[in-house]
Amino acid sequence: MLFGIPWDTSSNLAFAVSILPILLIGLWVTIQATVLGFFIALVVGLVWAALKAAPTRVISWPAAVITEFLRDTPLLIQLFFLYYVLPEFGIILPAFMTGALALGLQYSAYTSEVYRAGIEAVPRGQHEASRALNLTGRRTFTHIVLPQAIPRIIPAMGNYLVSIMKDVPLLSVVTVLEMLNVARIIGDRTFNYLIPLTMVGGLYLIMTLIASGGVRFLDRRLPKTGIPLK
Amino acid sequence: MTEPIIKFDKVVKAFGSFVVLNKLDFEVKPGEKVTIIGPSGSGKSTVLRILMTLEPITDGVVYVDGQPLWHEKSGDGSLKPAGEPHLRKMREKMGMVFQQFNLFPHMTVRRNITEAPIQVLGIAKSEARDRANELLEMVGLTEHADKYPHQLSGGQQQRVGIARALAMRPKIMLFDEPTSALDPELVGEVLNVIRKLAEEHDLTMLLVTHEMNFARQISDRVCFFDQGRMLEEAPPEELFTNPKEQRTREFLKAVLEGN
Amino acid sequence: MDWTQYLNPLMQGALVTIELTIYSTILGAILSFAAGIGKTARNPVIKVIAATYIEIFRGTSLLVQLFWLYFALPVAGQAMGIDLRLPPVVAGVLALSLNIGAYGAEVVRGAIQAVSKDQYEAAKALNFTPRKTLWRIALPQAIPEMMPAFGNLAIQNLKDTALVSLISLSDLAFRAEQLRNFTQDSTTIYTMALFMYFGLALVLTAMMKLLERYVSRWRVGAR
Repeated sequence: MLFGIPWDTSSNLAFAVSILPILLIGLWVTIQATVLGFFIALVVGLVWAALKAAPTRVISWPAAVITEFLRDTPLLIQLFFLYYVLPEFGIILPAFMTGALALGLQYSAYTSEVYRAGIEAVPRGQHEASRALNLTGRRTFTHIVLPQAIPRIIPAMGNYLVSIMKDVPLLSVVTVLEMLNVARIIGDRTFNYLIPLTMVGGLYLIMTLIASGGVRFLDRRLPKTGIPLK
Repeated sequence: MTEPIIKFDKVVKAFGSFVVLNKLDFEVKPGEKVTIIGPSGSGKSTVLRILMTLEPITDGVVYVDGQPLWHEKSGDGSLKPAGEPHLRKMREKMGMVFQQFNLFPHMTVRRNITEAPIQVLGIAKSEARDRANELLEMVGLTEHADKYPHQLSGGQQQRVGIARALAMRPKIMLFDEPTSALDPELVGEVLNVIRKLAEEHDLTMLLVTHEMNFARQISDRVCFFDQGRMLEEAPPEELFTNPKEQRTREFLKAVLEGN
Repeated sequence: MDWTQYLNPLMQGALVTIELTIYSTILGAILSFAAGIGKTARNPVIKVIAATYIEIFRGTSLLVQLFWLYFALPVAGQAMGIDLRLPPVVAGVLALSLNIGAYGAEVVRGAIQAVSKDQYEAAKALNFTPRKTLWRIALPQAIPEMMPAFGNLAIQNLKDTALVSLISLSDLAFRAEQLRNFTQDSTTIYTMALFMYFGLALVLTAMMKLLERYVSRWRVGAR
């Protein structure tokens, strides 16, 4: 029994059916962690991108080193670091929050590159044309660069959303009851790991297929030449 | 009366509803140098691509060297679509020079020439090398043998392309607009190589080109293609000075004024 | 405790991490080529097998795959009467390679399909067999295109090795966790572990750059 839901071990099928609702509770936690982690990654990544684009190297260089460091070190160690080290500085977060923060920080390094690449992919001629039309720098960015960059940025971000979802099981090591952790607990108690773990694999497959399908749909629907302005 | 080495018998080539070749009848005799001219979309390159088996036909029969190219004889003597072994055997008879050269960028000039003889024909390395050296001398690129294609000019690359095709000792050479991708000042060196080939060898040559003067000099016969058909064929002097068809006159006028 | 005292146990862990990275990167590369080439094959059976492998291992989480191989596979084996208990190192290397191989397969497939149609036509005109066209014409041109993505995957793989600590392989992550349990000096220990992973990543990146230069040597001066 987990979350007040009992399981039925009379047959494999009955077992699978009885633990499905338990796994779905875990899946809900997985989705929440994914969304929160993704949100943090989007916001923090934007900050890195802005800092890396700063005109002075005093700012851009440290930002580049930090994102490289975040990208090149394992999420698991970053997670442990936050989980054990933050409290030493008096910051005590629930495990779920720490986990989402770790996901968000690691992926902020990736999303910052997506922002940068999306903006740099706007041809130089567009900047020159804006200058020729005497648009202000700010107006050039909001009305010329962003509408052309966003259609390139969104599909890449979607792929990272899927990646974050696949990294959520790591949060089990700091006691977050996401789907894989739930499956393991069921396995520990029933000595049957095969069914819950296979079901987790299947549920993951369904989730990633849906998510990737959504990304492809967006990619097709987004106008490649930029978002039309009214 | 010699048998034709190439024969198109009511050949149809269509991409969906778009007809590229419309019941084309066309022949080339052994050793003959034939140039195909015509506006773009007239199907002239398609003739070469069908011969090189890069493009299958929709209907009709193509004969090369007396044998059907895209068909094999089945037990009762009727024709059935050819399998890969038959196509491989037929391909041996032909060599092709591409508009974009299509050299292998990761191989030196010499290896571009020796690779197929060694890998496909199973010729000994030393023999393939000797042959490559002869061919390089013929196209005037001996000193560039160890360079990579990207280190050569377009004209030099196309001369390698010609040597590479010749290394397979084909009976028929197909030239698909060999100078169209070249800067004007590089066209001459490639045409000179082709001219030498036409004069000194009894190869059958089929050439698609926009170089009218060149076509006039080397061809035994010039064919004008328009809308998937051969509208007119004649020895070059006749076709260029006194074309019978209105379309041919218009085309020649447009091309010669453009030059 | 002084930080230098952590150095020795962490170094021992790092050695295990290096070994795991080397084994799984090599095995993963082999799987990448097998599945990537398989997905471009004309034979529908091979194609379906390759596509299924890629979908399953890209579509699920590495940790799920690792736990499945380590915890679930023996149960499946029991049901069939076969002993499928894998030693942690085998389960670890297998999960890492199968996972990274699925990602690499997409890279290989993409690079092969990006070789221009002209090259295939030239090969056909010279009568190369499909097999020789793949090995002698397409792959040598495709491999340099794969290298940047392979570099990223190798780093990904290095980072992923940390997960095997969860099935009690004594890699760098495992040693760090052990030391923390022992000393409670989490800040120092995890900072050191992070920097050691970072150092390994920099070395790995440099090695992949050298490999890239080697496989692209014919392109020197081009572009």
